[in-house]
Amino acid sequence: MLETLTTFLFGRLSLESFPYHEPIVVATFFAVLLGGIALVAALSYFKLWGYLWKEWFTTVDHKRIGIMYMILGLIMLLRGFADAIMMRAQQAIAFNGSEGYLNSHHFDQVFTAHGVIMIFFVAMPFVTGLMNYVVPLQIGARDVSFPFLNNFSFWMTVGGAVLIMASLFIGEFARTGWLAYPPLSGLEASPDVGVDYYIWALQVAGVGTTLSGINLICTIVKMRAPGMTMMKMPVFTWTSLCTNVLIVASFPILTAVLVLLSLDRYAGTHFFTNDMGGNPMMYVNLIWIWGHPEVYILILPCFGIFSEVTSTFTGKKLFGYTSMVYATVVITILSYLVWLHHFFTMGSGASVNSFFGITTMIISIPTGAKIFNWLFTMYRGRIRFELPMMWTIAFMLTFVLGGMTGVLLAVPPADFVLHNSLFLIAHFHNVIIGGVLFGLFAGIYYWWPKAFGFRLDPFWGKMSFWFWVIGFYFAFMPLYVLGLMGVTRRLRVFEDPSLQIWFQIAAFGAVLIALGIGSFLIQIAVSILKRKQLVDVTGDPWEGRTLEWATSSPPPDYNFAFTPVIHDNDAWWDMKKRGYARPLEGFRPIHMPSNTGTGIILAGLSTALGFGLIWHIWWLAALSFIGLLAVAINHTFNYNRDFHIPVDEVVATESERTRLLSGQV
Amino acid sequence: MSRYRAIALLPVMAALSGCNLVVLNPAGDVASQQGDLVVISTLLMLLIIVPVMALTVLFAWRYRQSNNTARYEPDWDHSTQLELVIWAAPLLIIICLGAITWVTTHKLDPYRPLDRIAADKPVPAGAKPLDVQVVALDWKWLFVYPEYGIASVNEMAAPVDRQIRFSLTASTVMNSFYVPALAGMIYTMPGMETKLHAVINEPGTYKGFSSNYSGAGFSHMRFAFLGLSNQDFDGWVSKVKTAGGSLDRNAYLALEKPSEAVPVQHFGTVDPKLFNAVVNMCVRPGTMCMSDMAAIDRAGGLNAGGKAAADAILRANTLAGFPDTQATGLCTVAEAVEAAANSGAVQRPTVTPISASASPAGPQRLANP
Repeated sequence: MLETLTTFLFGRLSLESFPYHEPIVVATFFAVLLGGIALVAALSYFKLWGYLWKEWFTTVDHKRIGIMYMILGLIMLLRGFADAIMMRAQQAIAFNGSEGYLNSHHFDQVFTAHGVIMIFFVAMPFVTGLMNYVVPLQIGARDVSFPFLNNFSFWMTVGGAVLIMASLFIGEFARTGWLAYPPLSGLEASPDVGVDYYIWALQVAGVGTTLSGINLICTIVKMRAPGMTMMKMPVFTWTSLCTNVLIVASFPILTAVLVLLSLDRYAGTHFFTNDMGGNPMMYVNLIWIWGHPEVYILILPCFGIFSEVTSTFTGKKLFGYTSMVYATVVITILSYLVWLHHFFTMGSGASVNSFFGITTMIISIPTGAKIFNWLFTMYRGRIRFELPMMWTIAFMLTFVLGGMTGVLLAVPPADFVLHNSLFLIAHFHNVIIGGVLFGLFAGIYYWWPKAFGFRLDPFWGKMSFWFWVIGFYFAFMPLYVLGLMGVTRRLRVFEDPSLQIWFQIAAFGAVLIALGIGSFLIQIAVSILKRKQLVDVTGDPWEGRTLEWATSSPPPDYNFAFTPVIHDNDAWWDMKKRGYARPLEGFRPIHMPSNTGTGIILAGLSTALGFGLIWHIWWLAALSFIGLLAVAINHTFNYNRDFHIPVDEVVATESERTRLLSGQV
Repeated sequence: MSRYRAIALLPVMAALSGCNLVVLNPAGDVASQQGDLVVISTLLMLLIIVPVMALTVLFAWRYRQSNNTARYEPDWDHSTQLELVIWAAPLLIIICLGAITWVTTHKLDPYRPLDRIAADKPVPAGAKPLDVQVVALDWKWLFVYPEYGIASVNEMAAPVDRQIRFSLTASTVMNSFYVPALAGMIYTMPGMETKLHAVINEPGTYKGFSSNYSGAGFSHMRFAFLGLSNQDFDGWVSKVKTAGGSLDRNAYLALEKPSEAVPVQHFGTVDPKLFNAVVNMCVRPGTMCMSDMAAIDRAGGLNAGGKAAADAILRANTLAGFPDTQATGLCTVAEAVEAAANSGAVQRPTVTPISASASPAGPQRLANP
C-alpha cells in the first residue's frame, strides 16, 4: 500500500536516485548549493527580485533577451568546461593499470554531458543571443516580429538547461555519447533515467530553438528598414537568415527522431530496436540529417561576425559581398546533402560513400571563397588589431587547419582509418573552437560596447585571447597525433604507456584554456568596475559600418526614434559619409510590445512536464500538461499586449543622447 | 613504404620520432593504401592551405594600422579576376580530390574482395580466403573460424599474406571492429551483418579494439591480433583445437552475458550454425529467427500463403530443438511434432517461395539492394 503510494507520488524517484555516494558530485552539489544560497540572499538583500522579474524575466525586448541568452551560454560553458577538464584529467592519469579517478558510470556521463551541453546549451544560446541582439538593430527594426514568442523561446531553452543540470544531482545523465545512438540508448541497454533526461532536455529546448528560428526569419524577411533590399542586408544578417532557415528546416527532424526514440522507450514500439522490424541505422541517419545542418547553424553566424569585424577593423568595404552571400546560401543548401559522411563505416556501398564524400568536399569551395574574401578585405586596408580582429586572425589561421582535416575525413577510405578516433575529436574541436567559439568571442568583444555603453578591458582580453589560442593548440594538436596512433575516442583507461605524454600535453592545454576562461571572467568584472574609464558615449566606438552603430549604446528600448532609410549595404558608413544629421525634433509616440510573464510560466510548466515524464511521475506530467494548455489558452485572452512610449519620454531620451554626444557630460 | 609517405613524413618524423603512427605506417596492405591516401589528400590540400595561411600573416602584418607606407583603398571591394581565382582554385583541388575519392572508395570498399596481397603481389589464382566470423559481445570479441571449426575470445590470429574475409555482427549494441595495423574499421551491429576484406603482410602482434563506444566495459574491449607465418598459424589452430571447450548455443549464451576485461579463451569446436543464429538473433531457444520472420512477412504475413510458410518454419524450429513457446498461436508444439512425425523431416526445410531469405547469409549489405 505504502509502496503503491510512493510509486504514485514519486514514480521512479527514490532516495537511491540521489548520488550521495559519489563524493565528486556531493562536493559539487554543496558548492552549487552555497553559491545558490549566496545569490538568493544577495538578490533578496538588495531587493532585486522585483526588478529582475519586471525588467528581465518578463521582458520582450530583443536586446535583454539576447543578453540573457549570453548569460545562459556563459553559465553552461562553465559546466561544459568542467566536464572537459575532468575528462582530460582522467585520460592523463589512467595509465599503467590505474583506473583514474572516474569510474565508467561517471566518466561515460561526463563525456555525454560535455557534448550535449557544449552544442545545445553553450554554442546555441551564444549564437541565438548574438542574433537576437544584433539582427533587429542591423536591419533598423524596433524588435523582432514576435516579441512574446522570443521571451518564450528563451525560457524554453533555459528549461532544457535546467533539466540537464538537474540530472547532475537527481538521478543521472545518459551514458550514450552526445547523439544517443540506439540500441545503446534503447530501453534494454539504458533502462535508467539518463536517456530520458537527454530526450526531454532536448525536446524542451528544441521547441525554443525552432520558434526562435521562425521568429528571426520573419523578422529579417518582414521588418527591414525601407531601402534595405536583400542584397543590401549586412552579411551578419544574411548568415543569420540562412542559419534560421537551417534551424526551421532541421530541428523538426530532431524533434521527430526523439519522439520515435521516446515511443520506443515509453510505449514499447520498435522503431530503432534490434528486432521486431526496428532498425537503429534509421536513427543514425535521421539524427545526422539534423546533426550536420546543426554544425552550419553554429558556424554561419560566426562567418557573419568575421565579415563584419574584418570590414570594420580594416576600414574597408567587405571584398566580394555578392560572392559572400552566394557562398552562404550554397553552404546552407549543401549542408543537407552530406549527412552520411558521419558514418561511412556503417557499410553503405562505395558509390553512396563516394557521393557523400564528394558533396562534403564541395562545401569547402564556398567556404574557401569566404576565407579568400576576408583575406582580400584585409588587402590594402588599415588593420586595427583590437580584440575582435585578433580573434578573427586567429580564426583564419586555425580554421583552415580544421577545414583541411575535415576534407580529409570526407575521403571515405581515409575516414575508415580515422573515424571515431581522436583525430576526429581534434578535427571538430578545431572547427568548433577555432571557428564558432573564436567567432563568438570576436562578436562578444565587438558588440559588448553596443550592449553596455563601455568597452571590455583590453589587458585581460589579451590575456584571455592568448591563453585560449595557445591552450587550444596544446589541447588539440596532441589529439591529432593520438588519432594517427590509432587511439579511439571515449576511452576511460589505456594500456599503452607511450600514449600518456600526449594526453598530459592535452591536459596542460586544457589548463591554459581554463586560464583563458578565468581571464575572460576577470575581464568582465574589471571592465564593470572600470566602466567610467572605458565608457563610450558615441555609440560608435569602432568606426562601425552597419546600422546598429547609428544608435546610442546601450540603445533605447525603441532602438531608433525614427526608422532609418537605407541606400547602401554599409548603411551607417554611407550615412556618415553623406553628412547624416541626427533628427532632434518631430518625435512621435512609439508603439511597443508589453512585457508578459507567460513565457517563463509556460517554460516552467514544460520543465515540470519533462521532469514528470523522466521519472514516470504521471500525476505531475498530467497536471503540468493541463496547466500548459490552460496558461496558453488564457494568454490568448490577454489583450494588454502593447503600449505607446509617450513623446515626452522619447524626447527626454533623445535629448540626453544629444547632450552626451556634444560632450556636456 | 611508399614514396608519398616518405616525403610527407620527413618533417613529421623528426618531431614524432619514437611514437608509432600506426595509421600511417601499418602492417597490412589495405591499411597501408588507406594511410597513403591520408598523406596524398593532405599534401593536395596543403597546396592551397599553406598559401592562404602565409597570405593571412603577410596581409595582417603589411596592412597594420601603423604601417603608413602600405596602400589604403577603403572602397576597393570587387575584382572579377580575383573572384574567378578564389572560386576556381579550391574547385580545381576538389576536382582532383573528388576523382581520387571516387576511385579509391570503390577500390578500397571493405565489401570488395581483394585483388592484391601487397603492392606488387596479386592474389594467387584459386587462393581461398580465410573466413572469420566476428561477434562483438558486451564487452569482448568472439572470433569464429568456420573452416577449422574453432573459436576464440579476445584473440585473433591470421596467416600473413592470406586474404581474410570477415563477416561481422554484434550481440546487443553497436561496436566497431578496428585493427589499425590491418585495415580500416567497420561497424558491427546486432541483427545485421557487415563485411570486411583485409590481409596482414608482416608477422607480429597488433592491437585490435572497438572504436565505437558501447557502454561500461568499452575501454577494456581489446583483443590481440596475431599475424603469423603459415606454420605458426597451423600451430595456433591446433593449439586452439586441443584446448578443448565447445562453443554450442548454451555456451554462447553464457559467454554473451556482459563482462569486462575478459582473458583470452579458446574453443576447440563450434556449432557451425552459431554465427547465422547470432545474426538472426535466435540463439536463445524459442526465439524466431529474423530471417524466418522476414520470410513469413514476405510470403504475405498471416494471410493464406504466409500461414503455410510460417507453419513450416515453426515446425522446423521445433524439430531443431527450439519449441517456439512465444508463437504457439501460429502452430502448437503438439501440431508441430505431429507434422514432423508425419513428414519425417529433420532439417530446417527450405521454404520454396521464399528460398532467398533462408540462405545462411541473413540480412545482406545495406545500401545495395
